[in-house]
Amino acid sequence: MPMTQGTFSFLPDLTDEQIRAQVKYCFDNGWAVNIEYTDDPHPRNTYWEMWDLPMFDLADPAGVITELEACKKVFPNHYIRISAFDSTAGWESLRISFIVNRPKEEPGYHLERNETHGRTVQYTLRPYATQKPAGQRY
Amino acid sequence: MAFSMHAPVQARPEERRQALDDIDLPEGELPGSLAEIYEKSGIPEVFARLDRDLIGLAPVKGRVREIASLLIVDKVRRQLGLTAEPPTLHMSFTGNPGTGKTTVAMRMAQILHQLGYIRTDRLVAVTRDDMVGQYIGHTAPKTKEILKRAMGGVLFIDEAYYLFRPENERDYGAEAIEILLQIMENQRDDLVVVVAGYADKMAKFFTANPGFRSRVAHHIDFPDYGAAELLEIGELMLARQNYRFDAKARAAFADYVKIRMNQPHFANARSIRNALDRARMRQAIRLFQEKDKPLTKESLTTIQEGEIRQSRVFRGGIEGWPEGVPDAQGAGQPGMEK
Ligand SMILES: Nc1ncnc2c1ncn2[C@@H]1O[C@H](COP(=O)(O)OP(=O)(O)OP(=O)(O)O)[C@@H](O)[C@H]1O
Ligand SMILES: [Mg+2]
Repeated sequence: MPMTQGTFSFLPDLTDEQIRAQVKYCFDNGWAVNIEYTDDPHPRNTYWEMWDLPMFDLADPAGVITELEACKKVFPNHYIRISAFDSTAGWESLRISFIVNRPKEEPGYHLERNETHGRTVQYTLRPYATQKPAGQRY
Repeated sequence: MAFSMHAPVQARPEERRQALDDIDLPEGELPGSLAEIYEKSGIPEVFARLDRDLIGLAPVKGRVREIASLLIVDKVRRQLGLTAEPPTLHMSFTGNPGTGKTTVAMRMAQILHQLGYIRTDRLVAVTRDDMVGQYIGHTAPKTKEILKRAMGGVLFIDEAYYLFRPENERDYGAEAIEILLQIMENQRDDLVVVVAGYADKMAKFFTANPGFRSRVAHHIDFPDYGAAELLEIGELMLARQNYRFDAKARAAFADYVKIRMNQPHFANARSIRNALDRARMRQAIRLFQEKDKPLTKESLTTIQEGEIRQSRVFRGGIEGWPEGVPDAQGAGQPGMEK
């Protein structure tokens, strides 16, 4: 089951052309663009690794695409996302984030129901992939 | 996004006009004539501006026109489905100090953008220090950073030969060159590289780095300016700063140029600019000495003969150089007059 998160997550994966257009949009707005990767697809996982440094003084998406290709070469089977940070006062936070690469096979999630006092149920989501140690997951 | 407290409105950088891409040729149909496309493209304007802003430089302007022709023909061919690799446009500018290499390179980004060959009119100007690191592992990220910033536009490497220091075999310059060569070859449609420098050093650099030479398609040589051109450049520079010569000052400056251009350490248009800066200074001093006179726009904008004739050049010296040094042949390096 493909993991989804971020902008356009309900659409099919973005094509290279669409990724370019998104990055261009980010630069046109003056945002800094980051490339991040992980092999832990849990929705609450906020600690993705950064690939290289944030890119904020670029005029054209080509620089980001070059880095993305380099990142894919090293982590072809990881999740990779692009995010953009808006540093203007009042925002100072991420404005956009979208997946640009995913493992070939995504085993999905195990949903654990934990019955506690009364009839209350607590839910735990566990990616099957994270049963294996980091680095051996996909 | 409705939850922002005060979302700043950010102006999106205005999309610039890409002359060539504005012309819509009907798919698969042959346009009337190249002249027709050329007229419609807005490129004549670009050249008119180039002619207006830069005096002389005929061979350079000629080469730029040739490149434009190539790009126009290429565009028409593509419209007809006659595909070919996009032409390589990496360039090398050689010439003496102050001949306008840097100025033209800065223009190149605008021109190529107008011609629709590059996606932005950004030009990133760098020298060795921006690309080459100081310790192991420092160079590659530095160079890549620069390359990424320049992508979509033009990377201008001034005095490119300093990248390469053959006398030091541990020099990291070679690493920067290697990365650069890779991008120049593999991402030709992402980046145009322009290198500039003095002809002799550039020739040595290319001999030592044949890979570099073969990737540079256009070698353009910047000739020294003649006396008449230098005078014209001087007047243009003055006009841009809202000054002008009066008739006598003009004649004096013509004399000045003739003497100065045959002295050592002459840096073409840059020497002219420096001379004018000094003339402006003397004008200000004169205005102060006559400070009781009523000011007019006329007096504030006019450079008089005295401002030129005061120059040490008329007494056998060189301006901008300490007394005594001037005649020492080759004591300074070209370009030192900056
Ligand atoms: N043809 C020209 N018309 C008008 N101004 C010019 C022309 N050529 C050069 N200049 C002016 O002369 C000055 C020096 O030019 P520039 O810096 O381009 O020279 P350069 O060839 O790069 O010199 P260097 O090799 O020493 O770096 C600039 O201020 C530029 O505007
Ligand atoms: Mg220069």
